[in-house]
Amino acid sequence: MTRSLEIEEGASVEVDRRTFCKLLGGGIVVLVATRASDLAAQQRGYPEDLNAYLRIDPEGRVTIFSGKIEMGQGVQTSLAQMAAEELRVGLDQLTMVMGDTDLCPWDAGTWGSLSTRIFGPALRAAAAEARTVLLNLAADRLGVPLAQLEAARGVVSVKGDARRQVSYGALAKGQAITRLVGEKAVLRAAADFDVMGRPTKRLDARDKVTGRAQYAGDVRRPGLLHARLLRPPVHGATRVSLDLAKAKALPGVVVVEEGDLVAVLHADPERAEQALAAVDARWTLPEPAFDTESVGDHFTKHAPEPEVRESRGDATAALAAAKAAGDRVFDVTYRTGYVAHAPIEPHTAVAEMKDGRVTVWAGTQTPFGAQPRIAQALGLDEKAVRVVTPFVGGGFGGKAAVGQAVEAARLAKLTGRPVMVAWTRSEEFFFDTFDPAAVVRVASALGADGRISAWDYHVIAAGTRAAEILYDPPDARVRASAGRNAAGSLHPFAVGAWRAPGAGTNVFARESQIDLMAAAAKEDALAFRLRNTSDARAQRVLKVAAERLGWRPGPGPTGRGQGLAVGIDSGTYCALAVEVRVDRASGAIRVERVVAAQDMGLVVNPQGATLQVEGCVTMGLGYVLSEELRFRGGDVLDRDFATYTIPQFSWLPQIEVVLVPNDGLAPQGGGEPAIVPMGGAIANAVFDATGVRFHRLPLTPERVRAALAG
Amino acid sequence: MQRTVRFRLNGRPVLLETDDQRSLLWVLRTDLELTGTKYGCGEGLCGSCTVGVDGRAVRSCATPLAEVDGREVVTIEGLERDGQLHVLQQAFVDHDALQCGYCTPGMIMNAWALLQRQPRPTRAQIAAEMEGNLCRCGAHRRILAAIEDAAARGGVA
Ligand code: FES
Ligand code: FES
Repeated sequence: MTRSLEIEEGASVEVDRRTFCKLLGGGIVVLVATRASDLAAQQRGYPEDLNAYLRIDPEGRVTIFSGKIEMGQGVQTSLAQMAAEELRVGLDQLTMVMGDTDLCPWDAGTWGSLSTRIFGPALRAAAAEARTVLLNLAADRLGVPLAQLEAARGVVSVKGDARRQVSYGALAKGQAITRLVGEKAVLRAAADFDVMGRPTKRLDARDKVTGRAQYAGDVRRPGLLHARLLRPPVHGATRVSLDLAKAKALPGVVVVEEGDLVAVLHADPERAEQALAAVDARWTLPEPAFDTESVGDHFTKHAPEPEVRESRGDATAALAAAKAAGDRVFDVTYRTGYVAHAPIEPHTAVAEMKDGRVTVWAGTQTPFGAQPRIAQALGLDEKAVRVVTPFVGGGFGGKAAVGQAVEAARLAKLTGRPVMVAWTRSEEFFFDTFDPAAVVRVASALGADGRISAWDYHVIAAGTRAAEILYDPPDARVRASAGRNAAGSLHPFAVGAWRAPGAGTNVFARESQIDLMAAAAKEDALAFRLRNTSDARAQRVLKVAAERLGWRPGPGPTGRGQGLAVGIDSGTYCALAVEVRVDRASGAIRVERVVAAQDMGLVVNPQGATLQVEGCVTMGLGYVLSEELRFRGGDVLDRDFATYTIPQFSWLPQIEVVLVPNDGLAPQGGGEPAIVPMGGAIANAVFDATGVRFHRLPLTPERVRAALAG
Repeated sequence: MQRTVRFRLNGRPVLLETDDQRSLLWVLRTDLELTGTKYGCGEGLCGSCTVGVDGRAVRSCATPLAEVDGREVVTIEGLERDGQLHVLQQAFVDHDALQCGYCTPGMIMNAWALLQRQPRPTRAQIAAEMEGNLCRCGAHRRILAAIEDAAARGGVA
């Protein structure tokens, strides 16, 4: 769709307001549309390039419509806070409508810590514009120049004469004003946060502690059927026979077969489960090509030619020269396994067909991504598909996949009844879009002066997020083979985005390599880092984290179990300084303390940011200490929490969060950065405690015990 | 077996004519439309379906209806009194002890049962008691703080 609109800031505009205009009624509406490059990915021209809007209705209620969704990251609260402060209304005077494809402007999806960073300024600019409109109306109404007016809690009053006042509702009444804010206003807002920074309690907390908060599985429709679907035993299996007779004979059971979709449905989910057990299907299974242990070799053998992603000087020549000069060269391979998202809420959706339209309530990170998929599967126009997103019970990237929403919609169409598809825990593991296993090979050289002289970094399958060189070797390159989505050939099952996709792998590899060079140089790991990077933000967070931990300098291994790592993600720098204890007999690692120093630019909601860091650290313990999906070819061996262990209360370290102030920088991502350096920091601390360097995550007790014994 | 099952649910008598081998979780979520109790694994491994039965924490996904016959069942919906949050609920709000909130009802009910038995547990006792309740968002630290605080505020009520 081409752009038919030149945006003049604050100008009244005629846009194609087809769907939502009707729903809006009167009042004051401010649309946000920008062409800023970092928003480009979020645009698809509906209508034109609208990103958000807010409305003030004749009752004075402010409603914000956003395609973002709330999955625990607190974006509902932080967006509301920004708009409320800018508009001078209380949080209680404001309603958030999120992730509803009928009511909200198109949005690419909620991930990558982008919501606050990119969306925040846009919303803030819109709120500022609305305030301007209201103040101008008030100036007319009260016959007072603008400068003499002030606004608070949705009321404009004359400074020094509070009796002369008019409410937003009264001002909005009888109006039908539409304004548009564009790129410039948004950028200005991003550069000029001045009112945020106070901690705010979550708006959704009360509903979530009372059980009232609605998730997809809590949606009830009259005549609802619960579906269970026939699944292949392993990925890549082919069905050779199917006998539905027994299932069909069960009372109240609806059986559906359409192509690859075989489902049994019942008003009681347990009856549906029993019916599924009565389905007799035979499969042929493919030969497994590789498994948990051989995946690294498989990748190394089958990875396509790497592409250079970052380069300076000539890393190959520098490494050769270093070798020739007798400098120390380190050539080390790091490995990670497949990691599951494992949200506690499995993928769930409810679908209902009515009058040729389908409505799907789905736990999804991308309602607007689900919409065309559902439309296509049902042979409907996109406009005939409405996706509504209730609260999402954790996503971490995994709920960008919308298979369950498509399944529910297909079954609703086929049965003519509302249908719920709620994946079981086993299905959730089986159909997850895992964080891919990866191999990273780093060759680096240490000059006689204790400086890193060459850096050659090659990552397979993890992508290059957070793989930047960061340090100052004059000759360096970063290469990548098989990006994260190189499906099929490389991976036996689906892979996808996981909280900061691939970044944890890359920072584990880089920061381990830096650490082993520091140890080889007989230099303190902090001092070595500071001397080898000129990146001021990296230096600052490293220093702050180390100082807060009580870092005791000395060449590793010191036996104390302290470790450091730094990573960049979504524009945020995060350094972790940790302390671990290793039980040599059992191989168990106990992470005692984690200090996170995070420079995330201007902090909009310190409370929320701190919570996110704590969440990252706690969740991050999993991929570092225990989480690795075991598989054999397409057979997913870990299908429940009995064998796939995620962090629990007893693992909890003492977590300290330091938000390193950097108010001159617009807000950067906060939902993911702290999970990124976890592997590096803990592996480095384990080395410091034991003198043994680990090159593979997770650091399971078996591996640690074996390495210490060996 | 199809039969009449009677129990008290959140202080009110309930009578169900149904198969008594159905799980308490799905009876609550479907027949009784109390959806605060969550499915997380269906095999007793995550705790998100935790409810109170005669004051003790029980995994409703692994509890056949027959087992609650004649008993007192409390779910997350039963903690609030006249619009007043239970002290545990209030503590979870005050301590930001949740993110996505999906594990929250199970966490609160497990803690509720703990405080019934032991009104002033130590932090270590709380952690041990909560161990089997999983939270993927990593709200653990706040959850422990909330429970500790609720206990200090007399959380048994
Ligand atoms: S759903 Fe009952 S323990 Fe997980
Ligand atoms: S808050 Fe999301 S699982 Fe606990």
